[in-house]
Amino acid sequence: MSGGVVLQGLQTVLAVLAAPLLTGWTNQCRARLQGRRPPSLWQSYRVLHKLFHKETVLAEEASPLFQATPYVVFSCMVLAAGIVPMLANDLPFSPVADVIALVGVFALARVFLALAAMDVGTAFGTLGARREMLVAFLAEPALLMVFFTVSLISHSTQLPLMVHVLAHQKFAIYPSLAFAGVAFWMVSVAENARIPVDNPTTHLELTMIHEAMILEYSGRYLALIEWSVALKLFVYAALGIALFVPWGIAPVGEEAALPLALLALVAKMAIGGLVLAVLETLNAKMRLFRVPEFLGTAFLLAVLGMLIHFLLES
Amino acid sequence: MISTGASGMISGWYLQIVNLLAALLLLISFAMLAQRRVVGLISLFAWQGAALAVSTAIVAVFTAQWHLLYSVALTLLLKVVIIPWFFYRLVRKLGMSRDVEPLLNHSLIMLTGIVLVIFAFNLALPISQMAGTVMRSTLGIAMACVLLSFLMMITRTKALPQVIGFMAMENGIFFAATSATYGMPLVVELGVALDVLVGVFVLGIFFFQIRETFESMDLRQMEKRKEH
Repeated sequence: MSGGVVLQGLQTVLAVLAAPLLTGWTNQCRARLQGRRPPSLWQSYRVLHKLFHKETVLAEEASPLFQATPYVVFSCMVLAAGIVPMLANDLPFSPVADVIALVGVFALARVFLALAAMDVGTAFGTLGARREMLVAFLAEPALLMVFFTVSLISHSTQLPLMVHVLAHQKFAIYPSLAFAGVAFWMVSVAENARIPVDNPTTHLELTMIHEAMILEYSGRYLALIEWSVALKLFVYAALGIALFVPWGIAPVGEEAALPLALLALVAKMAIGGLVLAVLETLNAKMRLFRVPEFLGTAFLLAVLGMLIHFLLES
Repeated sequence: MISTGASGMISGWYLQIVNLLAALLLLISFAMLAQRRVVGLISLFAWQGAALAVSTAIVAVFTAQWHLLYSVALTLLLKVVIIPWFFYRLVRKLGMSRDVEPLLNHSLIMLTGIVLVIFAFNLALPISQMAGTVMRSTLGIAMACVLLSFLMMITRTKALPQVIGFMAMENGIFFAATSATYGMPLVVELGVALDVLVGVFVLGIFFFQIRETFESMDLRQMEKRKEH
């Protein structure tokens, strides 16, 4: 059991530390694809380091909520990173929450961020918060439907069980999983504020969603938020890996499989980041009024996956 | 601590591929419902025909229903090559390759689509239990494709998308026949194929007439003219 606790700690710390690396890798791929000179792989760390050492400027009207939010958001993401199986399956912390509670953890972080954005009372903060809520309320049902579809196949909403069932059963083609996978991809693009829903590098306030919310943050608060954004992307990637390509995650009590699991995780993350960069290069950011259609399609795909599961696979 | 509760009792990998193609057919039907561009619609129609042909070919080979291969050849020739090619040409000649058709209410149409799928799946359940084919579970998908094409014809206002919807419905019916009874007799299928081909050519000529008379391919124009 104590070995499990150590492993749990290791995995969480690794996720927190490696998260900016995934963001850096994605940015590097994207720069290459767009014909720019790529930034260093460690650029995200440098940005975090810089921000942590900068002075923090607070608005006069800022309430304690505004100051607490970065910590809340960051701890939500660390919690999520502890729940999702990345290296080893069925760690002692994972029974804390199933996938539905995980959606709730993400929602908690989002609500705090939106409240903090409205707290100072700037126009852009409020605008960003409203847009974020518009995206969120459309993305959440789709995400839940994706989870339900996968749960139907694995007969559980507990992540360790889902991973175990999906990774160790006889290989079969599940059309429903394909539908759910595409829907999951669309939802994670929306939730992580990536193109085509939102542009993470935009400097044009009128098109911002996520960036507009955090305009008022600076210094270490901004660093924490940037870090949690990177961590969120990492957790979503890990979640996608756990649900749709779980092969390689070490089963319970098999320490020997850990190096291979690490290798598999790095390889899958690298491929995931590359695909994300390719899709971001191929697509343009869509108009905000198209976002409901985009997420509606994700919801539709998830529901179709579920229906097809009932028809073809049960 | 962990018990395996796998539901992987689908037997035969070829059936899995057929199921996957059936799911793809359903997806293409939804994509057609959402597609605004006429050219995109034609390519989707061609892809639907291709998926249909491949799945039918797999069934034909693995269940030794060799007569199905004639239908496959007919489908490939007609619905993947000739009709899409004819439509492409028509679109170019009529100068509507960049036409974008406004959809009335995207989300409402999609939700209606989901309701139709559930209805079709329920409708097909008792029928597929009676059928003796290996791919009987895909009957629901075939019926859903038919209903979705119906929905597409209802929601479109232009002539060409409606015709494509009609063709897609024919695809769905063909798929239903394959999954319920390993296809219809060859004579029937030849007749249907000929009907479709002639229908397409007649409609092609008709399109020019519509444009000549009403200066638009929008069928709402015709309704207006009638009232005057």
